[in-house]
Amino acid sequence: MAKVLMKGNEAMALAAIKGGCDAFFGYPITPQNEVPEYLSYHMKENNRVFVQAESEVAAINMVYGAAGAGARVLTSSSSPGIALKQEGISYMAGSELPAVIINVMRGGPGLGGIQPSQGDYNQVTRGGGNGDYHVLSFGPETLQETVDLVRHAFDLADYYRNPVMIAVDGLIGQMMEPVDLDNKIASMDLPTKEWASNGKSGERGRLNKIVSLHLDPYDLEKHNLKLKKKYDEMVEKEQRYELINTDDADIVIVAYGTVARVARSTVKTLREEGIKVGILRPISLWPFPEKAFEKLPESVHSLLTVEMSLGQMHQDVRIVNEGKRNLAFYGRAGGVVPEADEIADEVRKLVKGANA
Amino acid sequence: MKTETIYQPTKGLTERQLTYCPGCTHGIIHKLIGEVLVEKGLLDTSVGIASVGCSVMSYEFFNCDTQQAAHGRAPAVATGIKRTNPDATVFTYQGDGDLASIGLAEIVHAAHRGENITVIFVNNAIYGMTGGQMAPTTLIGQKTTTSPRGRDQGDTGLPLRMSEMLATVPGATYLERVSVHDPKHIRKAKKALEKAFDVQTNKQGFSMIEFISTCPVNWGMTPQDSLNWAVDQMIPYYPLGLYKDGTKEEN
Ligand SMILES: Cc1ncc(C[n+]2csc(CCOP(=O)(O)OP(=O)(O)O)c2C)c(N)n1
Ligand code: SF4
Repeated sequence: MAKVLMKGNEAMALAAIKGGCDAFFGYPITPQNEVPEYLSYHMKENNRVFVQAESEVAAINMVYGAAGAGARVLTSSSSPGIALKQEGISYMAGSELPAVIINVMRGGPGLGGIQPSQGDYNQVTRGGGNGDYHVLSFGPETLQETVDLVRHAFDLADYYRNPVMIAVDGLIGQMMEPVDLDNKIASMDLPTKEWASNGKSGERGRLNKIVSLHLDPYDLEKHNLKLKKKYDEMVEKEQRYELINTDDADIVIVAYGTVARVARSTVKTLREEGIKVGILRPISLWPFPEKAFEKLPESVHSLLTVEMSLGQMHQDVRIVNEGKRNLAFYGRAGGVVPEADEIADEVRKLVKGANA
Repeated sequence: MKTETIYQPTKGLTERQLTYCPGCTHGIIHKLIGEVLVEKGLLDTSVGIASVGCSVMSYEFFNCDTQQAAHGRAPAVATGIKRTNPDATVFTYQGDGDLASIGLAEIVHAAHRGENITVIFVNNAIYGMTGGQMAPTTLIGQKTTTSPRGRDQGDTGLPLRMSEMLATVPGATYLERVSVHDPKHIRKAKKALEKAFDVQTNKQGFSMIEFISTCPVNWGMTPQDSLNWAVDQMIPYYPLGLYKDGTKEEN
């Protein structure tokens, strides 16, 4: 129950064990290496499976096999590795297989850099795999929120039979913070995995098949519509967000993960100056928390999206806003974390009459 | 009058009609796998992994639990299943495009880790499902839709010999190349399959049986000419026989 001081990546790894993870498959990449390093020791200790795969492509397909056989499975990687996993993620969505995927984001495109970034927003929320599918994804702000979500993600994945991604920037992966790994979290009532293809057809008296192939277009459309029902349920139930100082706000910063954390200081400074600013912090990235925008008071005239990327989440803000409020954007890229003062300067530009 | 059953379909396969072209040897290989799984008492505890190729629908044919893998990834999928269910019998069924081209890393590393799985590798020297393109196993001079003048060594190198290659991987346990072009060889092939599944049952590690197989449709030959071509052209380049038996080295 007590809080322990842990590095982000190691805390996520331990949270996975606590979340009932049976097997981990992954491939080394900075800045997430402490996840497999930690698990290579502690999974064996707990009689669970750890395999260092030959590539991210192989890792995600091991995840597919193990998940298809009914296990609770984790893989973790960083941006270029997540790109390689997209084929497997599409297959898992198509075959309705649960798994938890940790993405400790770094700068891109290409090999990019290894400093913290949010440049994977599109990759996380739109995916790079083929077909009509979605991945339930979260972008937590603190280590406590991250580990709680990692633990809960295994339940969510099983409930929806769909991959769940936890996307943190490298800062959260690398920093040390006190965390409670037994924090009380919601637990879900889950049915046993009657569908698992695990070599127990004799015992079961029925064959189980894990398949994403539907050659008949009407069959496939039916399957697509079945998947869509799940996505609709996620949109209904899984939008998560935090509204910070928005009740009387004129201006609201929209930011997630580390940027939201920095923006908290911005809000403190600006409030002392008398500027009424708040934060809308998406926690779920897909589904994008549209409901949070509905909750903003009429007094909010401007939204400032701040990201460690050049306007990826801002596209979603534009869609949700539907031209209602004045929009502004501020982004840093390449692994540069915006400072509270920079964000404050951007907010000041939006104060009514500031440009008059 | 007493009746006696002298032949019946194996219970190792479902009643689904096979989707293979007439004269294609995929069907014989399926039957052998079904028979071996039944005779060894493994069927009810097996998971078969269908790959991408003409055998993509084999998840409907094997009368056991199945998973359908992405192109080339069957050995990784098998790894995930076997590591979390060590008591299940796990096998993959892969063509030469699947195993020797796009899935080369996955097969080599499954062997390298000594995964306790059985791989059935169907080498027909061509990409069957996509309409007869060149495979890494296509013979020099062999005409395909992407080597219309015959495979040229200068452009495309020499055909890849997978059993020979995997024999150099220390982690592999049992490797044998067989053919199903006549009853004598079919019997031999079945023995090899039995051995491969025994290796897995005895937890002795990675086993692969490579089948020389035909593709009458894309080779542009009658089924009989295809069998002759396999014997006259393929087997000289891909000699049949045992390439590795690590079960002997162990004791
Ligand atoms: C990622 C990906 N690339 C390409 C394909 C198209 N494709 C389907 S089957 C196949 C070749 C299969 O050939 P082989 O493995 O030799 O099996 P065969 O059909 O001859 O039995 C290809 C390239 C695919 N399905 N997925
Ligand atoms: S295309 Fe070739 S390999 Fe495929 S089923 Fe037909 S004959 Fe067999």
